[in-house]
Amino acid sequence: MNAVPAVIRLSGVHKTYAQDGVNVHALRGIDLDIGAGEFVAIMGASGSGKSTLMHILGCLDAPERGDYWLNGTAVTRLDGDALAAIRNREIGFVFQSFNLLARTTALDNVEMPLVYAGIDKQERRARARAELERMGLGERLLHHPSQLSGGQQQRVALARALVTRPALLLADEPTGNLDSATSGEILQLLKTLNQRGLTVVLITHEQDIAAHAGRRLRMSDGRLEA
Amino acid sequence: MIWTTTLQLAVRALWRNKVRALLTALGVIIGVASVITMLAVGAGAQERIARQLENLGSNNLTLRSGTVTRGGVRTGAGSNTALTAADAAAIGGLPGVVAVSPTVRTGVQARYRGSNWGTIIEGVTPDYLQVRNWTLEAGAFFTARQVGAAVDICVLGHTVERELFGLVDPVGEIIVLKGLACRVVGVLAEKGASNWGNDQDDVILAPLTTVQRKFMGITHVDRIEVQAEDKTAAATAYKEIQRLLRQRHRLVEGQGNDFRIYNRAELASSAEESASVFAWLLGSIASVSLLVGGIGIMNIMLVSVTERTREIGIRMALGARRRDILWQFLLEALVLSGIGGLVGVVLGVAAALTLGHVSEFEIRIAPWSVVLAFSFAAVIGIFFGLHPARKASDLQPIEALRYE
Ligand SMILES: Nc1ncnc2c1ncn2[C@@H]1O[C@H](COP(=O)(O)OP(=O)(O)OP(=O)(O)O)[C@@H](O)[C@H]1O
Ligand SMILES: [Mg+2]
Repeated sequence: MNAVPAVIRLSGVHKTYAQDGVNVHALRGIDLDIGAGEFVAIMGASGSGKSTLMHILGCLDAPERGDYWLNGTAVTRLDGDALAAIRNREIGFVFQSFNLLARTTALDNVEMPLVYAGIDKQERRARARAELERMGLGERLLHHPSQLSGGQQQRVALARALVTRPALLLADEPTGNLDSATSGEILQLLKTLNQRGLTVVLITHEQDIAAHAGRRLRMSDGRLEA
Repeated sequence: MIWTTTLQLAVRALWRNKVRALLTALGVIIGVASVITMLAVGAGAQERIARQLENLGSNNLTLRSGTVTRGGVRTGAGSNTALTAADAAAIGGLPGVVAVSPTVRTGVQARYRGSNWGTIIEGVTPDYLQVRNWTLEAGAFFTARQVGAAVDICVLGHTVERELFGLVDPVGEIIVLKGLACRVVGVLAEKGASNWGNDQDDVILAPLTTVQRKFMGITHVDRIEVQAEDKTAAATAYKEIQRLLRQRHRLVEGQGNDFRIYNRAELASSAEESASVFAWLLGSIASVSLLVGGIGIMNIMLVSVTERTREIGIRMALGARRRDILWQFLLEALVLSGIGGLVGVVLGVAAALTLGHVSEFEIRIAPWSVVLAFSFAAVIGIFFGLHPARKASDLQPIEALRYE
């Protein structure tokens, strides 16, 4: 075992999708430990199960078999409300397609997780504003997603993922929809955050992005390669 | 989640689809407005009937000579001569009976100087005014002694007074009825048309005996009106009178009554009952439109849940619990139905008042009917909003997120 305490521990995780009577075995027994403060990149061919793994790590989906401990908690035994609380407080999630609420200001988007954390209006405002300013979006607080560039949208999404101060950030191809210059900015942000102690797990197709990670994992056909 | 935030969220979501929200609320608005209006019409009708019954004297019993089978020939009601003033006097002695008024009536031509007027003369006793719930406008009524002595005096109904006298004060004047000179001793207050539309003021009252002997040449009476203390006393008197009259008329077991007796209280309660059935019928027809409004809410909420599946997924990914999502959509439905209910109350009250002004309908807006209509709208919001809200909150985070 690592000397560093494990933030994430997966053991024997399987996931099968049933589609039109055909079973797709997306994960075929994943064992994985990720320690606090690590920066892990996951690579692999399309359809190898990277997103499926990420959704399980993010408590958005449940494994069919196997166990998942997050910060020592056996996540697989928790009910819906407890999982919601974990998604709210312990995990930040960034998607390839940003997933911002349309026709909603950047500020309101970033405030949303704080609403579900039960934090009052004033503090929500202040924290969301501070987080956006940290992402260099102080001038864009009241812009709607449609009024922002791709890179700015992803930074809003990043602010939203981090505003509840989670210890773990999961990013599924966060730069997949961005040009290389903007990708570089986002990557730089992630690196800075990681240096301040945030555990980052990142899926990417790009070799040069993965090169920045402290640890690279490769998936193929539902398994992690050694 | 914090309530004000959820409410804000609901209002904002509705505001984004203003026209759609308005059209959906319109169903509830129309429903609530029509429930209030219909209940107001129903309650108005009920009140009108109650007042008419009051006028009629709902504690009253009416006796008329009834059919007797004589050798297989049945004669119509009133066509025989069974009831007499003595019967009336006997009835007056029964417990619970307040007043008894035997009457006879016939047509008569009345003359005063140059004018003449065809009307009805009714032979009555002093109890008549009380039983009919009537008062005098001028002069005095007959005394029992005057009735006993068959004095040639009369009291005029308002219409007769107007037709014969115009502006002249008739009290003390002599009018000629069928060749008989009668002194006018009083004038009745105006009573207006009866429930059946005939002019109740077109009548001349005279002592019972005078009309019986000098106008009709009979000794029986046409009808006896009995007033009881209250509805219960009327019901008791109804039975007692039958027993008494059967005994007085020497009817043996198995022989039918030679009189008919009608209980106004019974009539009244059945009329009141049908009025309330009418009111509820109107109300329930209107409720159907409210129900349709509720289905409209469900419809639009289902559309909204489908449209916003991805938003639901995002919210869940960021920490929304099932009940947060449930409340978000339920509150949206409630705001819709609540605002619809409020506007509906305002419009319904306005519509009912307008209807009362421009139509014959009598309108009575009971506060409870407003409360009822509004609560019904709220309940409908919950009922029809619950299913779409459940549907939203039952989504799995990842499925909702993946929804295209
Ligand atoms: N909801 C689903 N229903 C059925 N099959 C699915 C579903 N989601 C994923 N799969 C299948 O599971 C396998 C793994 O999919 P996954 O999305 O994890 O791949 P990925 O590695 O993220 O690919 P990409 O690099 O293209 O994003 C694929 O074969 C895919 O077709
Ligand atoms: Mg993927």
